[in-house]
Amino acid sequence: MESGATVAIESTAKQPREAPLIEVRDITKTYGEGESTVHALRGVSLSVFHGEFLAIMGPSGSGKSTFMHLLGCLDRPTSGSYRLAGQEVSGLTRDELAAIRSRQIGFVFQSFNLLARTSALENVELPMLYAGVTQKARDERARALLKQVGLGDRMDHRPNELSGGQQQRVAIARALANGAPFLMADEPTGNLDSASSVEIMTLFRHLNRDNGITVIVVTHASDVASWSDRVVTFRDGLIIDDRPSAEASS
Amino acid sequence: MSITVLMRTAWNALRRNVSRSLLTMLGIIIGVGAVIASMAIGAGAQAAVLKQIESLGANLIIITPGSITSGGVSLGSGSRTTLTMDDVKAISANVPEIGGVAPYSQTSTQVVAGSANWYTVIGGTTPDWLSVGNWSVAQGTFFTKQDVDRVAKVAVLGSTVAANLFPAGGAIGSTIVVKSVPFRVLGVLESKGQTGFGRDQDDVVIVPITTHQERLTGQTWVNSIMISASTPDTVAGVIDSTERLLRLEHHLSPVDPDDFTIRNIANVQQVREATVQTQALLLAAVAVVSLIVGGIGIMNIMLVSVTERTREIGLRMAVGGRGRDILLQFLIEALTMACAGGLIGVGMGIGISFVVSIVGKWPTVISGFSVFLGFASAALTGVVFGFYPARRAAALDPIDALRYE
Repeated sequence: MESGATVAIESTAKQPREAPLIEVRDITKTYGEGESTVHALRGVSLSVFHGEFLAIMGPSGSGKSTFMHLLGCLDRPTSGSYRLAGQEVSGLTRDELAAIRSRQIGFVFQSFNLLARTSALENVELPMLYAGVTQKARDERARALLKQVGLGDRMDHRPNELSGGQQQRVAIARALANGAPFLMADEPTGNLDSASSVEIMTLFRHLNRDNGITVIVVTHASDVASWSDRVVTFRDGLIIDDRPSAEASS
Repeated sequence: MSITVLMRTAWNALRRNVSRSLLTMLGIIIGVGAVIASMAIGAGAQAAVLKQIESLGANLIIITPGSITSGGVSLGSGSRTTLTMDDVKAISANVPEIGGVAPYSQTSTQVVAGSANWYTVIGGTTPDWLSVGNWSVAQGTFFTKQDVDRVAKVAVLGSTVAANLFPAGGAIGSTIVVKSVPFRVLGVLESKGQTGFGRDQDDVVIVPITTHQERLTGQTWVNSIMISASTPDTVAGVIDSTERLLRLEHHLSPVDPDDFTIRNIANVQQVREATVQTQALLLAAVAVVSLIVGGIGIMNIMLVSVTERTREIGLRMAVGGRGRDILLQFLIEALTMACAGGLIGVGMGIGISFVVSIVGKWPTVISGFSVFLGFASAALTGVVFGFYPARRAAALDPIDALRYE
C-alpha cells in the first residue's frame, strides 16, 4: 500500500510539479483512551500532486472522513507527518490551521453550508473577510467568480431563491475565493439530482483541467468517482487501493 | 476581520429576529432608563434644595410649637399654642448673635380688590421678617414697627397676588378687603418664584402680626417664630440659647419635654435631601438589578444563538475564521444589542424624567454624566454577559460544528 500511495500520476492533464502539493506520511488518528480507543487511521501515506483530480472512496467507518478532516486542516493527526505545499502542518495551533485553511484550501460540503438570508455575493465574499481583503477587491473577485461558475445573473439571490445545483455552485465560488490551490469536496453531489450532479462534476472537471486546481472529492458513489483521474479507497483506517480511475471503474 | 464588517454582521444578525432582540434588550432598557431617571430626580431635588436654602438663607432657624398628643393621637406639629409674641420679644432682647427675629402666622382666605378676588395666604409678621426671610420690597414700602404697634390695617402683596388683583398695576395705595376688613396696600414684594418643590412663594399677602391676630384670626399665639443667626457659625449657639430661654419663659421643669421644636433650615433640607437621596439610591439599586437581569437575558439569548448557528460557526472556521474572529463576532453582537438597548433606555429615562417634572411637578435635572453612565453600564453589561457565549462559540471544534444538526 505504501508503494501504491506514491505512484506518480501520469494520467492527469497537467504535468505534476516536482514537489507534491500534499504529502502525508504514516499518519494515525485515534479517538478516546484505554479500552474504548478508536483507531480511525492506522498509518496512512499519500502524495497528491498539483493538478490532480482525486476521489477518495470507502464505506462508512473506513476512515475516509477522518482523513478528509486531516487533509482539510480541520483536525490534527495523532502521529505522522502532513506537508501541505511544502509546509509541515501536523503540529500547528488552531489559529495557524485557520490561516492555512484560509489561504490553501477551499471546502465544498454536501449540504452547501451557505449563510441563510445572505446574498450569493456576500456568501462568496465570506472567506475574503477573514483573509483581510478590502471591500472593493472582495466585491470584484466575488462577482468574477460567480460569473465563472455561471451565476452572473444570480448574484443578489439568497440561498433559498436558488436551486440545489446553483447553491452548490455558489459554494464552489466561495471555495475559490482566496485562490486556494486545492478544493476539498465532501459528497458534493449527495443532495443533488443527477442532472445537477453532472453540472457540478463538470464544473470541478473544468476547474481542474483549465485552471489547474487540485480537486479531492470524498464520495461513496462510483459514478462520481469516475469523473476523477485517480481513486483512493479506504477500509478500516488504511488505504487499500490507489489507482487511475479508468482501472478502478473497470 | 475589520470592526465595521463585524458590526454590520452583528447588526444583520439582530435584524433577522427583531422581536427577540427587542425582548432581550428589555432588561437593559429598563435598567438604563432607571439610571437616567433616578439620577435626574436626585439631581433635580438637590438643585431644588440648594435653591431653597439660597432663597431662605442658610442662617434661618424656625421655632414651631410642639405637637399635642391627645389620648395617644398626635395632632401634628403646630397644633399647640405655646408660642406667643412675648417669646418673640424675649428672644429679641436676650439671645445674642441674632440678625433678626420675626413671628409668622398664616391663614388662607379670599382677598377682594374692586371687582377682582383671589384666594391666597395671609401672613402676619413684623418688619424683621423681610431680613429674616431674605425678602425685599419691589415697589412701595413695607409696614413699620409703628404699624405693628398701632394694629394698622396695611398690607404688602406678593407679586403673584398683585398681578392677579391689579392686573393693570396701581396696587400701591389701593384697598383690599380680607374677611371684611379693608387694608391699604403699602407695597409689593420682589418676586422669589417657586420653591424648588413647586410652591409659589409670591402667592401671599403680608400684614402686621397684631392686625392678623386681632382682626383676622383672633389667635393670641403665633404659628411659628423665625430667627436668623448673624452668621452661619453662630446658628448652633443661637439654637442653644433660644431653647434655654424658651424653657425658662414657658416655666418648664427639667423633667418636662420641650413644648416647641427648633429647627435649622439646613437641618430641614438635609432631612429632605437625605430622603430624596434614599429614593434615588433605591432606584439605582433597581437599575443595577435590572441591568444584571438584562445581562443574563442577553447571555441566555446569545447562548441560544450560538447553538442555533453552530453550523454557521463551523463554516466560518472552515473558510479561515480564527477563534478570535468568532469570539469578536458574538461579543460585538451582544455589545450591539446592549448598546441599542442602552440608547432606547436613555431615551426612556429622559422621557420619564420629563413626565415626572411635568405631571409630578418634581424638579428633574438630566446631566450628561447620567446619560454617559447609563449608556456605559449598558455597554459593560453587554461585554460582561456576552463574553461567555462568545467564548463558547470560539471554542467549538470546527468538525463537530460543521456536523451539528
